[in-house]
Amino acid sequence: MTERFTLRVNGGAHEVAAEPSTPLVYVLRNDLQLKGTRFGCGTGHCGACTVLLDGNAVQSCDTPLWSAAGHEITTIEGLGDAARPHPLQQAFLDKQAAQCGYCINGIIMSAAALLRRTAAPTDPEIVAALDRHLCRCGTHVRILRAIRRAARELAGKPLA
Amino acid sequence: MSAPPPANLKANPRLDRWVRFNADRTVTIFSGKVELGQGIVTAMAQIAAEELDVALERVATRPGDTSVGPNEGYTAGSMSIEQGGAAMRAVCAEVRKLFLDAAASRFEVNVSELTICDGVIEVAGTDRRTSYWELAGEVSLAWQATGEARPKPPAQYSIVGKSIARRDLHAKLSGAAYIHDLELPGMVHARVLRPPSYSARLVGFDAEGVRALPGVVAVVVNGRFIGVCATREEEAVRALEGARRVARWDEQPTLPEPVEIRELLPRLAAETKVVAANRAPAAPTKTRHEAVYSRPYLAHASIGPSCAAAMFAGGKLTVWSHTQGSFPLRGQIARVLGMPDAEVTVVHRDGAGCYGHNGADDAALDAALLAVACGRPVLVQWTREDELAWSPFGSAMVVKLAAGVDAAGNVVEWRHELWSHSHVRRPGAGDGVNLLAAWHLDPPFAASTPRDAPYPPGAGDRNAVPLYDFPVQEIVYHFVSEMPLRVSALRSLGAYANVFAIESFMDELAAAALTDPVAFRLKHLADPRARAVIEAAASKAAWRASEPSNGTRGRGIAFARYKNASAYCAVVAEIEVTERIRLRRAIAAVDAGHVVNPDGLRNQIEGGIVQATSWTLKEAVRWDANRVLARSWEAYPILKFDETPDVEVVIVDRSGDPGLGAGECAAGPTAAAIANALYHALGVRARDLPLTPERVAQAMG
Repeated sequence: MTERFTLRVNGGAHEVAAEPSTPLVYVLRNDLQLKGTRFGCGTGHCGACTVLLDGNAVQSCDTPLWSAAGHEITTIEGLGDAARPHPLQQAFLDKQAAQCGYCINGIIMSAAALLRRTAAPTDPEIVAALDRHLCRCGTHVRILRAIRRAARELAGKPLA
Repeated sequence: MSAPPPANLKANPRLDRWVRFNADRTVTIFSGKVELGQGIVTAMAQIAAEELDVALERVATRPGDTSVGPNEGYTAGSMSIEQGGAAMRAVCAEVRKLFLDAAASRFEVNVSELTICDGVIEVAGTDRRTSYWELAGEVSLAWQATGEARPKPPAQYSIVGKSIARRDLHAKLSGAAYIHDLELPGMVHARVLRPPSYSARLVGFDAEGVRALPGVVAVVVNGRFIGVCATREEEAVRALEGARRVARWDEQPTLPEPVEIRELLPRLAAETKVVAANRAPAAPTKTRHEAVYSRPYLAHASIGPSCAAAMFAGGKLTVWSHTQGSFPLRGQIARVLGMPDAEVTVVHRDGAGCYGHNGADDAALDAALLAVACGRPVLVQWTREDELAWSPFGSAMVVKLAAGVDAAGNVVEWRHELWSHSHVRRPGAGDGVNLLAAWHLDPPFAASTPRDAPYPPGAGDRNAVPLYDFPVQEIVYHFVSEMPLRVSALRSLGAYANVFAIESFMDELAAAALTDPVAFRLKHLADPRARAVIEAAASKAAWRASEPSNGTRGRGIAFARYKNASAYCAVVAEIEVTERIRLRRAIAAVDAGHVVNPDGLRNQIEGGIVQATSWTLKEAVRWDANRVLARSWEAYPILKFDETPDVEVVIVDRSGDPGLGAGECAAGPTAAAIANALYHALGVRARDLPLTPERVAQAMG
């Protein structure tokens, strides 16, 4: 049965009506038109749909709507847009760290969660944060470079 | 003397099929080459801006639209810069000349007195000026290209050759950008229930029960094609699950016993042909060597599931697809629906990376069938399971190599025998319909008769002819027409296995001759550009001849020129072997002729190496008697971030030379470099891919 929920997304409150078990990814993309969150597998194995729930990276394809209600949700649109990108988005653009780009927004969200709790992550910490992400184009090298760059920038250190 | 016009321009000679000047002082270029994540749209804009002398920001791009653009076949085979880029360059050079001629007659001056700067045409040193946009009303582009205008000399390039940032990434990294994000007015969401196996027959299905589920707008059943359309996406997903529960299938064990590929392929029905033979008088051989190599079936495994949209209104059908070939797809959809081509439009929209012929085109037919059947615009998306299990795979292959070596350690005889299925079962190739849903309709459409593309550039036999100067060569192709699994084009086609085999075998021959692998290759290679990339990679990697391994670390080198006609690439792999192989560092040297976008080239080479590392170390499609088992990321694991190597790319500067396609050149060399590094580390030769811990243990005996 359809129920009404209030979702707190990117600083705003949104009323949505859907089945409680509906995966969050569909509500974000279709009801809220936040298309930057990508569907990849539906089982939480590829990370393309990653968003932040109270600052923690979660896979929105296996997060039911009911469990997301009442929490602070952040999507890629909540970090920045094409005109005013977040330092992570900017670092990915600066390093041209994308090929097809489909996996990148989920990866940026996991990196954002990492940088929120760890100001100067080590390489193993960055890699561990990407444990639930897949990239098929083989952009791994640049992705790691971009995250390192953003980490330095956010920590106020000179950029490499 | 002008060069003959590029083939893609000859096929699409009207200039207005390629270029249009807009009232807002921009110019739109239409290309048949579409964005697959390789950066081609940016590179094409660079080429057009360069030849037209307009600022890059003024160039808008509209690729892959059958209603307006040129038919350039498929975006495939590392041909977009070589062929599509050559055509765009010729078109823009000719357009530029037409406008210069018009300006010259307006100002009554010679063309040589005119300059163009950002689209403004000026009589040099005066204030008499006009522009493309002012003259657009009087210069018609509804003419056939003559191919006589001479493009700019590369020495004058200011935009081509620069690492311009990709123009599509800002949108992709912040919001809607892909076909999956398309919204059409009144659109429904659709899913397709595929049979559980290739040959499964539908023996029972309660369509009414599925239609009664919440939000369901239509349930379409035709033969064993079942589609569900619903108002909300999650309703379509639930309807798919509901349909799966009530569909009853008859499955038969039609797949072959899953034995080793080296045993399987030679058992299947095949036709044999000689690809190339060069039988110079044989020099006396001292030793003979022989080895057999194999690669498994590989999945494209796109991260985004295949997706398409379609709208049927007023007897006309529009389909949005991440296809690699809008025109061939249009023809196939029109054929299945019994419509004239002219009533069908296919518009390209970016998807996730495809790496060849994945499910993109199939999804387009799914959308077309469902839009026609349910009377509403449809957005259809595949499941992860179907993306892995129903997309075509890259063919498994077996390569048997034999060589005769003389007393001085020179290879004097070389024989390359290969077994492969077709690598070109794209929609539009051959006599049939190569779209999944078409085979499931009642009555079904037949797929094309199995055949492979002729050599050169070949498909299964791509890169089967070695670039080395062996006096006696014979290349034999056993084309395995019997195909237990669905196969088609995967990045680099047969080159991956052929280069893996040739370059592994070269390493084995070098070891037998007690010669360093770099020196052994150079000794058999006259082509100076081939030698240059090998030397550049070895030098960057600080390669030292006869360097011993410490028993866990090893390094190997491999080389190929893709298709023996496109980019040259040499790769040095440095690995560490514990319980498994880890590629620690890869160093590549590439010669792609004159490079349009150096950072774009680096990105392609880096990605090619990392993707091929994943194929080489981890990937194989498995099956049982009934079904393909690669249905999830757990059943088909790919390289993870904790397995990322360092990658360094050296670009050998060939400014002024024609551009050479480079998107696929790294795959084969990467595989062989890793296998050769394994030999260097442990002294064992693994000849069957992937190089999993089990395979390495097997090779160690």
